[in-house]
Amino acid sequence: MMPLSEFREGERGVIASLSGSAAFRKRLKEMGFIKGSEVFVEKYAPLRDPIELVIKGYHVSLRVGEAAQIMMEKLEQEST
Amino acid sequence: MNKETITVALTGNPNAGKTTIFNHITGTRQHVGNWPGVTVEKKVGDVVHNGHRLRVVDLPGTYSLTAYSIEEIVARRFLVDAKPDVVVDIVDASNLERNLYLATQLIEMGVKLILALNMADVAETRGHQIDADSLGGLLGVPVVFTVGTRNQGIKELLDKVVEVVEDRDTVSRHIHISYGHEFEKEIKKIQDVIWQDPSIGERFSTRWLAVKLLENDEAARDRVRSLGEIGAGILAQAEASRERLAEFYQDDPEMVLTDQRYGFIGGALKEVLRVTSVSKFDLSRQVDLVLTNRILGFPIFIFFIWAMFQLTFTLGAYPMEWIDLGVGWIGTLATQLMPAGLLQDLLVNGIIAGVGSVIIFLPNILILFFCIALFEDTGYLARAAFIMDRVMHIIGLHGKSFIPLLMGFGCNAPAIMATRTLESERDRLLSILINPLMSCSARLPVYILLAGTFFGASAGNVIFSIYALGIALAIVMGKLFSVTLFRGEIAPFVMELPPYRAPTLKSLLIHMWDRGQIFLRKMSGVILIGSIMVWVLGSFPRGSDMPRGEVVERGVTSSTQQRVLIVTESRQPMVPLAPENNPRNPAQDNERARLERSFLGQLGHLVRPIFAPLGFDWRTSVAVLTGFVAKEIVVSTLGVLYAAGADVTEQSEALRRSLRASGMTPLGAYTLMAFVLIYIPCLATVAVIRRETNSWKWTGFSIGYSLVLAWIVSFVIYQGGRFLGLA
Repeated sequence: MMPLSEFREGERGVIASLSGSAAFRKRLKEMGFIKGSEVFVEKYAPLRDPIELVIKGYHVSLRVGEAAQIMMEKLEQEST
Repeated sequence: MNKETITVALTGNPNAGKTTIFNHITGTRQHVGNWPGVTVEKKVGDVVHNGHRLRVVDLPGTYSLTAYSIEEIVARRFLVDAKPDVVVDIVDASNLERNLYLATQLIEMGVKLILALNMADVAETRGHQIDADSLGGLLGVPVVFTVGTRNQGIKELLDKVVEVVEDRDTVSRHIHISYGHEFEKEIKKIQDVIWQDPSIGERFSTRWLAVKLLENDEAARDRVRSLGEIGAGILAQAEASRERLAEFYQDDPEMVLTDQRYGFIGGALKEVLRVTSVSKFDLSRQVDLVLTNRILGFPIFIFFIWAMFQLTFTLGAYPMEWIDLGVGWIGTLATQLMPAGLLQDLLVNGIIAGVGSVIIFLPNILILFFCIALFEDTGYLARAAFIMDRVMHIIGLHGKSFIPLLMGFGCNAPAIMATRTLESERDRLLSILINPLMSCSARLPVYILLAGTFFGASAGNVIFSIYALGIALAIVMGKLFSVTLFRGEIAPFVMELPPYRAPTLKSLLIHMWDRGQIFLRKMSGVILIGSIMVWVLGSFPRGSDMPRGEVVERGVTSSTQQRVLIVTESRQPMVPLAPENNPRNPAQDNERARLERSFLGQLGHLVRPIFAPLGFDWRTSVAVLTGFVAKEIVVSTLGVLYAAGADVTEQSEALRRSLRASGMTPLGAYTLMAFVLIYIPCLATVAVIRRETNSWKWTGFSIGYSLVLAWIVSFVIYQGGRFLGLA
């Protein structure tokens, strides 16, 4: 397990747990950050923050500090 | 039925194409206003479809209906209290899973619902095959396919609206999303208490209310609390149920419920969605790799902003010139047609000149909002926020705040209107409050006059330092406000990055015209009153020695000539100089004496003690007061009062000589520049702030804090400078 903020571009994983305030977790869940959902790290912004993710088929950005509150199970790289 | 108006509410996720569909349904027959008490925009359009009158209300785009953001609160309040006849949920068909989350909440509320699967074409190219009939059957909701960008399916959607209202639709039925045994047991317990008062069930779906209470939803709890004794009973049961569930699931019930809803959606999608050939090539993704590229991202962004600036202010200068000539022509015409006197003076120098000074911004507003609509509709705005967020976050702002702040350097009025692109109320207010610190182009003539007069060769550096001072203060104040006024409201940066799309001209034009309309209609009221007030202050009391015939002579013509001169010189947006401060020789001395006697002059003497610690004399005080209408007026007022004649520009040698002779020091001049930078920019900006914050309280705060800040900073500069022996 490792926080999403430590993922590199092009890596993917599965959400294991969320931490942070109730409002924040609720928001993330409503946007589809449900335990077991697959997340792909598309890229980091030019200044390394925020981070762009692909989840449930759409693109979304999170600040790195927020991504640090999402614990992930890393998946093996797929050859694309 | 035909006689009654059917209320249709449009809901949907941001970026699902809701606005495009709304525009197609209503065309230009839409009114843009605000929801009561908040800055969220409300759009309503009336249409007739097959003899049925429809009132379509465009609710703010939301991902959910938790009372999480102001948009969600507004949307939910409308659905619960206004009880629209039908709710149309616009769903992005290519992004079904997340979009259906909102639909599950709407189903739970028990509203009459229609799903519009929008962007059906995009879904198809992505290889998504949706079995609409099965989806409708599973959800108990009729489903219509639409392609908003190509105006497809809109007629079918409206047909369906009428069908559902008339209960002719066969798909509609009420379903329960099952939350599992434990939850259902507790929901039932709460419902049992609610049913003790049957009147509650007539107003809300009891199941919805029970679920909301299990989610510990603040708005729902408030509603129940207001019910008195029975309310207390319901809340007690809800509390007990929450505790039981929290223990059972080892997590907050609201988190579990969210999981369950996604579970339900996942189950439904397994049956209705088939993803066939997944095309590997995604054009939007390739475009994005360039536009947000680590090396190219910023230069491209800067280029776009530069282009927007150029279009707005350089191209805009031409129509501004025409409008100015037109206003001058109308003023001259009025002067010729009306007998000279008080009424003519009021009309020409008060109303025409004052309103003219606002209409002149219209080209800027239209061009700027065309550009912003282009950024927004193509999806680039979200990317601009993405790459700028790191920088803006330093002062507690969202990446999207960058564009409104930057536009402030051109003109604060449209810049503040541009804060509408920000989603959270907090970001919007914060950006509005610090926007006037971005030194707009109308302040430049004041700097050029003062710096040119007192700093000679280093004038450029001095002016640059004033701009830098504004930015520094914006950072400090932004930080200060975000830790004091807006504490604890920081929204997470969960921002969707929608695929790039080709915008439609119709949508761009409607967006642009919306803004123009708002500006013209709402601004003119405040500006009109403000202009008349300043005219009254500057024109009364009228001395008996006031030569009547002169009024004609110092009419609009002279101000127009001067304005055109400035426009062609600097290509900056300018408002016409207030004609009462702008007489034409030979009545110069007369005019100066008159102005000193006027209420404005008296006011200048009155407030002088306040400004004395800043080194301002009464004339400077008057100039600062008139600058409240528009900053460049400071130049012409100084011109009148320092007896150089009012036909001055910031380049006028005569005015420079008299300023130097007046005893003003470089330190005093710099202090005045700082003051002009910080205090409220102009009447138009005040009117826009009032309009955008929808609150006199925030407008008053904005004026008040800028005056206090201006005084403090000027005091520190002047007294500090004197202490250091600079005077």
